[in-house]
Amino acid sequence: MSVAENHGSLLKPAKLNTPVAVELDDVNKWYGDFHVLRDINLRVRGGERIVICGPSGSGKSTMIRCINRLEEHQAGRIIIDGVELTADLKKIDEVRREVGMVFQHFNLFPHLTVLENCTLAPIWVRKMPKKQAEEVALHYLKRVKIPEQANKYPGQLSGGQQQRVAIARALCMNPKIILFDEPTSALDPEMVKEVLDTMVELAHDGMTMLVVTHEMGFARQVANRIVFMDEGQIVEANVPEEFFAHPQHERTKMFLSQILR
Amino acid sequence: MTMAEGDLAVAEAAFVRSASIAPRPPPAAMTGALGWLRANLLSTPFNIGLTIVIALLLAWAISEVVKFLLIDAVWTGSDRDACLEYVQHRDIGACWPFVRERLPYFIYGSYPISERWRVDVFFGMLAIGIIWLLWLNAPRRGLGAIYFFAILPVSSFILLSGWSWIGLRPVDTVLWGGVLVTIVVASVGIVVSLPLGILLALGRRSHMPAVRALSVIFIEFVRGVPLITVLFMAGVMLPLFVPEQLSPDKLVRALVGIAIFASAYMAEVVRAGLQAIPRGQYEGAMAVGLRYWQMMRLIILPQALKVTIPNIVNTYIGLFKDTTLVFIVGIFDLLRTIEVARIDPKWATPVTSTTGYAVAAIFYLVFCYGMSRYARAMEARLARNDRR
Repeated sequence: MSVAENHGSLLKPAKLNTPVAVELDDVNKWYGDFHVLRDINLRVRGGERIVICGPSGSGKSTMIRCINRLEEHQAGRIIIDGVELTADLKKIDEVRREVGMVFQHFNLFPHLTVLENCTLAPIWVRKMPKKQAEEVALHYLKRVKIPEQANKYPGQLSGGQQQRVAIARALCMNPKIILFDEPTSALDPEMVKEVLDTMVELAHDGMTMLVVTHEMGFARQVANRIVFMDEGQIVEANVPEEFFAHPQHERTKMFLSQILR
Repeated sequence: MTMAEGDLAVAEAAFVRSASIAPRPPPAAMTGALGWLRANLLSTPFNIGLTIVIALLLAWAISEVVKFLLIDAVWTGSDRDACLEYVQHRDIGACWPFVRERLPYFIYGSYPISERWRVDVFFGMLAIGIIWLLWLNAPRRGLGAIYFFAILPVSSFILLSGWSWIGLRPVDTVLWGGVLVTIVVASVGIVVSLPLGILLALGRRSHMPAVRALSVIFIEFVRGVPLITVLFMAGVMLPLFVPEQLSPDKLVRALVGIAIFASAYMAEVVRAGLQAIPRGQYEGAMAVGLRYWQMMRLIILPQALKVTIPNIVNTYIGLFKDTTLVFIVGIFDLLRTIEVARIDPKWATPVTSTTGYAVAAIFYLVFCYGMSRYARAMEARLARNDRR
């Protein structure tokens, strides 16, 4: 894929002396009897870009949804930017303020305009004055290249535009970390590129990103590390060059042979 | 595709238009009143038959109603003689002098005549509040909401029941009646049931077991009991258990009964709306850091209430008509005052009852149809605002 070629060379490797942004220690989760996450250990430093891949049902979405507590873990510790996630609502609020999320199906608010989608959380969660929130929102809408759509409703935009609004909405909270849960899976093929380009730019700006995706071209260009999951476990994790050139685990080899033709 | 057709297509593919075709009007049969008639009423022999039958039925029903209410109606008179066929020697329709004489009773019940201006002021204040709230482009709508939900209830209560301190003679609710009672009962039910219903619906979907259990028990209990029973319990049984001094006013008890009953129904209506909101909306709201009540108020309820507007209004219309049941605990609403007036010997004629009921029917029809029309306009407006 040629998506990130223009930017790929500009990306600096993550500074590995930055503080740990996301830490998962022996995280386990069950849906009833079903063991979805098994002994997950992952440490992401500030500015790192992690791509998580794996077959469907491998627990990759569940894992990143645990990071902002959309899903609850039953054992182990999750520490986000020094705050440990527990049932404590204050801690959860604190984490969600600092962690943005972009969903597969955008999850924009259909009854609000694009601008209102972007200003809502800064106004109500960050207590930002409306005027200032609108300036911030327009700034980020410009950055995702759709300032002219600010007064439209999400339903009037294309899928790619909606996803870029969703990215702008997350950015307006000025988060330390952004989670992407299959951001291009629900898009028409010709709209994938515009969303990936936006994400590459974000990576270029040094945002800490955890991305669940099947876009291996994106992974190759942008990721510091690729994490491969299967059956609720992390099977293999490596830098992209090694991951693609010399996969170690049988399961990884099989997965890569399926998706890289 | 055969070979020959393929060749033809190739030949056609090479076609180049030399002159543009100007648009022409459609054939006359498609447009105008004639076209509409043809398409909608006379498209098939069955439809033609149906159209004729319905037209005849409508003509018969409308002419009967117009004949009774207007053409054969009696407009002047001072007692039953004016509306008696064997006195007047003609067909007799609605007996309007009866309505004219008893109209104050229909509106105010037995509210003291010298104090009736207070009821008029109440009607005026209520009308201002309703228009302020329902007119979506009205100025200062925030102030309108405060007026409607805080100032209006308190001032109406003082105005209607009186307060000797400021020189308003106390008027016992036993004397209230007619349209006044119907409006008071309906507005209290309508205003209380929506917020209470929303809270109950949220409670029923809560993750907290105690809250959920309480909401479910309340909703299912109230919905499982007929309104008449609720009113009986409020009006007749409560005084048996509670000492008279502690027992609230009869009208207040009925109001509480109606409000509770309507809330339980409203809760189920709102819950249906909540269920129509996809999980992604909750997740999107949580992910940007909104707390539970912010999420509900800003994201979930606006969407949920919008999809349930038809059902909410349907419940309101049902509630408006159910207020007539308060007569069972001895409260004189509009229908009850008509019931009392129609058996007054002074106006006893064969048409008195029909005339009285016609007044009630027109009153309820106007209010319910008004609600229905407003809801339709609101839906249309909201649909215009966001196309998904």
